[in-house]
Amino acid sequence: MDVLAQFADTLVLTARDILPVAALLLFFHLVVLRKPLPNWKRVSLGFLFVLVGLALFLDGPETALFPIGKIMAKQLSAPEFVFGEKTAPPDAAWYAYAWVFVFGGMIGFAATVAEPALIAVSFKAQEVSRGGLSQWGLRVAVAIGVATGIGIGTFRIVTGTPLYFYILAGYAIVIVQTVFAPREIIALAYDSGGVTTSTVTVPLVTALGLGLTETVPGRDPALDGFGLIAFASVFPIMTVMGYAQTAQWVSRRKARAAREE
Amino acid sequence: MDEPGGISDRTAKLLEVFGIHLLGAFRDLVPIIVVIAGFQLLVLRQPFPELVDMLGGLVLVILGLAFFVLGLEIGLFPIGEAMAEAFARKGSLFWLLLFGFGLGFSTTVAEPALIAVTKEAAVVAADGKFIPPDADSMRSYALGLRITVALSVGVAIVVGLLRILKGWPIQYLIIGGYVAVMIITVFAPKEIVGIAYDSGGVTTSTVTVPLVTALGVGLAATIRGRNPLVDGFGLIAFASLLPMVFVMAYGMVLFR
Repeated sequence: MDVLAQFADTLVLTARDILPVAALLLFFHLVVLRKPLPNWKRVSLGFLFVLVGLALFLDGPETALFPIGKIMAKQLSAPEFVFGEKTAPPDAAWYAYAWVFVFGGMIGFAATVAEPALIAVSFKAQEVSRGGLSQWGLRVAVAIGVATGIGIGTFRIVTGTPLYFYILAGYAIVIVQTVFAPREIIALAYDSGGVTTSTVTVPLVTALGLGLTETVPGRDPALDGFGLIAFASVFPIMTVMGYAQTAQWVSRRKARAAREE
Repeated sequence: MDEPGGISDRTAKLLEVFGIHLLGAFRDLVPIIVVIAGFQLLVLRQPFPELVDMLGGLVLVILGLAFFVLGLEIGLFPIGEAMAEAFARKGSLFWLLLFGFGLGFSTTVAEPALIAVTKEAAVVAADGKFIPPDADSMRSYALGLRITVALSVGVAIVVGLLRILKGWPIQYLIIGGYVAVMIITVFAPKEIVGIAYDSGGVTTSTVTVPLVTALGVGLAATIRGRNPLVDGFGLIAFASLLPMVFVMAYGMVLFR
């Protein structure tokens, strides 16, 4: 019964988030555009599904996946696991925490693949490009970007180096890549940076960062816990542009080979 | 109304589609299961903490994902596209931009992730003695941040829609934005930089993204001379960029 009560709570909270959007859509459709809703039964059913889906989605991870993410971040960075001793030596090398970076990267990849907002965007991208971009190719490219971002972001937390240094360097790379990337991919690549960080990734990544700052000696959760989300938004831009650049390069090489024959 | 046979046929069809989505959702979650199980069993070699809870949560997530994606296909995408088309046909720039602003503002101001982040930021600011450490000033600081971010997302959607209509190339706008972020970072108070960078990521929620994407793509598909792939995307990029600028500016105004 407890689970049901909790689910009802989440459902109410989610409904409160969706209501303003639904009201806005209705107002503009009926008052400004003065048109009846097309297929209103189907569309309302769709909204109901989104509501139920989001509520389930928010409830599930909260009760199960995120606590596990935090526990595992702590276990992997605990002195007993890293050094086999009760306390961490003060001059510990960063590579002692290698498993943390690997775990951060892999869980970032896995969470991104399950991210509903990214599913939505890559679905549209495949539809709009008439199959030129594959939904899975795009999702994997973004997921690799998030994995790299979280891996480097956890490295930053362990070493305690300043956040802005990494992010500004990331932007510089993005700007250079933009000059050379195919024009069609640019808008989509920039979008994928914002899309990756929603329902699944944000709480999971935050749990990871907080778990780490609690066990790595000399880290302050308030100062060092922030910033992983920023990493997860910059790196996918690079990998998506890289994906398009590689695809373009391969097809050009093929074309050239075909011409030479 | 439909005859009974028609309804049960449609229900059966819906159930079949839902089954397919359930399978897809399971496939999407396999990586998470593999990573967590692999690390527990091979690297940590510790018993699973709260195994039953985790499996229960996983079932909820799979169901949720299936419902969400199905709702997306039959609800959010069609309505977003229908509205983009109707706006393009009506030809009223004012109402389109007002709609875009309202969509950005209303979906952001109530976003749970944003509420959580701004609360956390108020605690950090109070610890750093930037604001008085009482509940009232912390609440007003968090609210100020939230309004700032919501305003910035509204403005971002307006700018993005204008870009689609005018056909401006996205790279100049975005690179200009990044350069602005870099410059403001130098002058902004250190305590606000982390939250400013993160606020760009948390604004784009799971409901906003499909609607905004459908709006942009639908608009670019309706207007002559626009390519939905080149011009339709990019609204979310603006919505993740502008909050950084606005929040750092907010910090500079407040802490000076």
